[in-house]
Amino acid sequence: MSEVQGVLQKIENDPSVQAAVLISGKPGCFIAGADIKMLEKCKTVEEATTISKNGQRILAQVENSKKPVVAAIMGSCLGGGLEVALACHYRIAVKDKKTALAVPEVMLGLLPGGGGTQRLPNLISLPKAMDMALTGRNIRADAAKKLGLVDRTIEPLGVGIKDGNERTMEYLEEVAVNAARQLATGELKINREKGLVDKVLKFALNYEFVRNQIFGKAKQAIMKQTGGLYPAPLKILECIRTGVEKGPVAGYDAESRGFGELAVTPECKGLISLFYGQTECKKNRFGAHQHPIKTVAVLGAGLMGAGIAHVSVDKGYHVILKDTSQAGLGRGQSQIQSGFDRMVKRRRISAFDRDVILNNLEPTLSYDGLRKADIVIEAVFEDINLKHKVIKEVEQYIPEHCIFASNTSALPITDIAKASKRPEKVIGMHYFSPVDKMQLLEIITTDKTSKDTTAAAVACGLKQGKVVITVKDGPGFYTTRILAAMLAEAIRLLQEGVDPKTLDTLTKKYGFPVGGATLSDEVGLDVAAHIADYLGKTFGERFGGGDPNMLKDMVSNGFLGRKSGKGCFIYEKNSKSREINTDAVAIMQKYKQEPRGSTAPEDQQLRMVSRFVNEAVMCLQEGILASPLEGDIGAVFGLGFPPFTGGPFRFVDRFGADKLVAKMEEYKQHYGVAFDACQLLKDHAKDSSKKFYK
Amino acid sequence: MASFAARGFLKVPAGIKLPLSNHGARCIATTAPQLAQTKKTVQDKTGKNVVLVDAVRTPFLLSGTSYSKLMPHDLARASLLGLLRKTGIPKEEIDYVIYGTVIQEVKTSNIAREACLSAGFSDKTPAHTVTMACISSNQAITTGIGMIAAGAYDVIVAGGVEFMSDVPIRHSRKMRSLLLRANKAKTMGQRLSLLSTIRPDFFAPELPAVAEFSTNETMGHSADRLAAAFKVSRQEQDDYAMRSHQLAHRAQENGHLTDIVPFQVPGVAETVTKDNGIRISTPQQMAKLKPAFVKPHGTITAANASFLTDGASACLLMTEAKAKALGLKPKAYLRDFVYVSQDPKDQLLLGPTYATPKVLEKAGLTVKDIDVWEVHEAFAGQICANLKAMDSDWFATTQMGRKEKVGMPDINKWNLWGGSLSIGHPFAATGVRLAIHTAHRLIKEDGQFGLVTACAAGGQGVGMIIERYPGATV
Repeated sequence: MSEVQGVLQKIENDPSVQAAVLISGKPGCFIAGADIKMLEKCKTVEEATTISKNGQRILAQVENSKKPVVAAIMGSCLGGGLEVALACHYRIAVKDKKTALAVPEVMLGLLPGGGGTQRLPNLISLPKAMDMALTGRNIRADAAKKLGLVDRTIEPLGVGIKDGNERTMEYLEEVAVNAARQLATGELKINREKGLVDKVLKFALNYEFVRNQIFGKAKQAIMKQTGGLYPAPLKILECIRTGVEKGPVAGYDAESRGFGELAVTPECKGLISLFYGQTECKKNRFGAHQHPIKTVAVLGAGLMGAGIAHVSVDKGYHVILKDTSQAGLGRGQSQIQSGFDRMVKRRRISAFDRDVILNNLEPTLSYDGLRKADIVIEAVFEDINLKHKVIKEVEQYIPEHCIFASNTSALPITDIAKASKRPEKVIGMHYFSPVDKMQLLEIITTDKTSKDTTAAAVACGLKQGKVVITVKDGPGFYTTRILAAMLAEAIRLLQEGVDPKTLDTLTKKYGFPVGGATLSDEVGLDVAAHIADYLGKTFGERFGGGDPNMLKDMVSNGFLGRKSGKGCFIYEKNSKSREINTDAVAIMQKYKQEPRGSTAPEDQQLRMVSRFVNEAVMCLQEGILASPLEGDIGAVFGLGFPPFTGGPFRFVDRFGADKLVAKMEEYKQHYGVAFDACQLLKDHAKDSSKKFYK
Repeated sequence: MASFAARGFLKVPAGIKLPLSNHGARCIATTAPQLAQTKKTVQDKTGKNVVLVDAVRTPFLLSGTSYSKLMPHDLARASLLGLLRKTGIPKEEIDYVIYGTVIQEVKTSNIAREACLSAGFSDKTPAHTVTMACISSNQAITTGIGMIAAGAYDVIVAGGVEFMSDVPIRHSRKMRSLLLRANKAKTMGQRLSLLSTIRPDFFAPELPAVAEFSTNETMGHSADRLAAAFKVSRQEQDDYAMRSHQLAHRAQENGHLTDIVPFQVPGVAETVTKDNGIRISTPQQMAKLKPAFVKPHGTITAANASFLTDGASACLLMTEAKAKALGLKPKAYLRDFVYVSQDPKDQLLLGPTYATPKVLEKAGLTVKDIDVWEVHEAFAGQICANLKAMDSDWFATTQMGRKEKVGMPDINKWNLWGGSLSIGHPFAATGVRLAIHTAHRLIKEDGQFGLVTACAAGGQGVGMIIERYPGATV
């Protein structure tokens, strides 16, 4: 930043300089934002406020420069990067796929502290500015031009006198330099004439009741989406409003103070930790593998199978989608097709791109295509005998180097591998539904899985665009196991007379994106019953809680969840409102238990959360998990554990292991061993210097 | 014999940065000793020695001018009739007709057949239509060569027509669907209920775009990017465009464009006798124009791009033996040809760069052996980009997988009678014009080998080697 200041001085003072162009040396990135590490070091509100104020000051210098400064943008222009561009007088962006403009600070629990909350609503319309700042979403160059965020776009060039990327960068510079010169001479006039709607809106903003309306609506939407658990969006709204109502001086001041306050919140720390974890889980810690994966075969074209095929073909794999019936195959194909059609509709890809991508999808009813597969991912029905049958059949066709991956949510991979001739090639790949939306992939290794197989499977998952955690085999692996512990408690709450809607509210208020009862319906009550039964047998009483027979009763009544139209709720097509399934409630009544101990919502929440967290820590203790980091990523990205906590391990560090164990002791008195804290958690409780994150 | 041609373009290329030194000095005055020295032969690969007897074309007119009330097959008919009259070949001798077209008139989808019938060709002569964007009539010629080589026929008429004054503009898909269903509606009630489904957006028409289907990018836009990729300046493009117009103007004045057959528009007394797109403008006038595609920093303008044109052309091909038997005097041998294709996004218009080395290699020739270059000028920027690419070792090795560049063509032998930028470019008619201009220039400039090359939408291209026929006259 001091470097920037020096250059600015020079521009101002050197009379031979008439204008300036700000351009990055790298084609892929304009400025990808400020250094987060610097922020993390901040201990106090004041420190962080100063960082923001310094940034604001330098950018004000840019903005106030009498000589025009042009921002030439190619690649990521995020956060602080966009704020720098906003301070310039003219913006030119390359219309390629890599160029994206955004203020993603909100995702880290922060706000754009370099004038973003002030300049953005000035440049583009207020609702669009709020949308950008509150969602942090990426804006591509052509959309940015439409919004008025950039003044001009240039098309990326192909190969010419040199490599296309290099030449595009050079061309961008030529165009920008020319524009800067023309701005200086007055040949080019900046025209940001707004449309009628924007003009009317701008005028209407002079009235307080209009502002109340707009900001009130935005606040309502935020509260609805976040439950008020995230301070950043509210703060952003406040800063924008201050700027609009009281002018820039008050606005910038509110922004820097807001930035300072947010930077020290635990939510911000949790989200930043998650950001690091996500970056970490986008790397392959197992190194390189021998055979490159080119062809992925997916067995079973059901919801999961088709989803896996979708993300594979999307990222350039040749995909063989195999099913046993034409009807099943057709359904799967049409699922994939409509997924890509949606992308075309949203202009993410062209219809031509879609056709070219889908050429790599080879639907088949025969095993013959498997001869060229490098990895087979089976997504057939969850039945051990069926899986054994499939693995034996498949191994007659696949080449020696081919990996056999099982997409199962609970069946132990070690058991599945028993049917294999080459168990070193067998691995678990646990995807989450819907596969094209859920970011997490849980990879499960057995004692026999070779390192090469693991490395290849992780590489495959990463290429599919997944955040990958790798865990050891065990009943329920990691994610299923910790979720089952929590659901067991949720069912007990239902038996205690908490109705499904209240249960949903309890979990959502805590920060889970999906309510507990809804989640059970989504997973499928039959699956939940099956897993509860299986894990109950394996782990014994510790996994008790709700009466497993209650679930079985629900299933035998046909209440399987969303897929059967009835579960805890009643699902009707084309209707968003869901009514409580009174018949299901009647079953719950049948198994009614009296609540023991406190029935305060906080305790009801903590009963669920503590079992979830305790089980996660136990997975680390047992070596199922390799690190707390992967545990946090798995719980947040796979199960929706409240993101602002940073994950269950971060949660323990922040909540205090001692406090948590004390609470669990209390619950244990009422409910027994289910609340027995694991040894590792107890160790942390005893020694407050022990933390999962240093 | 051809020295008179030299003086014309001696003073032309003043501002052009392309290497234009020594122009005229070598190529015209006394070429005989050099020819003798470098005399090469190209082997006939068909076993039939396919010859180009002659070719004609209608004047090429800016679309929306004198031809505007016609239909495409009217122009095609005129060129077919003109060919019969000029060569004097009895129509019964013609075995087969192949015609190219790009924007199809739906009423005459096999325009080759319709034009033949209306031109009074024998109804026993089969005809088919081909399409390959701007190289459609090249495709017609080479399809003919293939038929002759296969021994199917001896005498072929090949040509092409484009009529941009009237293009099919469709109803919207929704309206089309409604109209088709209306066909099936039996009762008044059914018809009325269909009528009630009409919405305002049904009336939005669908215009044909000069855009790639695969990339949805218009050609002008792609050409502007290509020019930028090769760092071709606006000045270079304007200079090249001016050269094209000046050379075409000179050729017109000097009476070189003898491939034209006059056209009488029905109901108009004045005969159309020459191309009307050739205009000499001043550098200042050209520099004033705003970019046409990439705004505001693009370099392609209306003045340095080819314009929408109406016109038709036709040529007569046959085996050498047949020509002798019919007592016809051919103008050239049609030797080798290749088609190439590449990335339709970033290399849409680089056909000449890819085709030239390939066709030269096939014929066993080098750039130096070529006495006449006839290259389709889609955009001045595209020509400059191709010249830079052909002269770049880096491009040849990294993009084309070749050992070295093919080399810079001698610009003094390049499109000396103007090109598509000035003469006009009726898409499917240009290929035949390039071929006959090559043949005529070989005679007038006393050369032996000519090279025709062109780019086409879809990222395709063509290269053809044409050899002067011994003793040929214009």
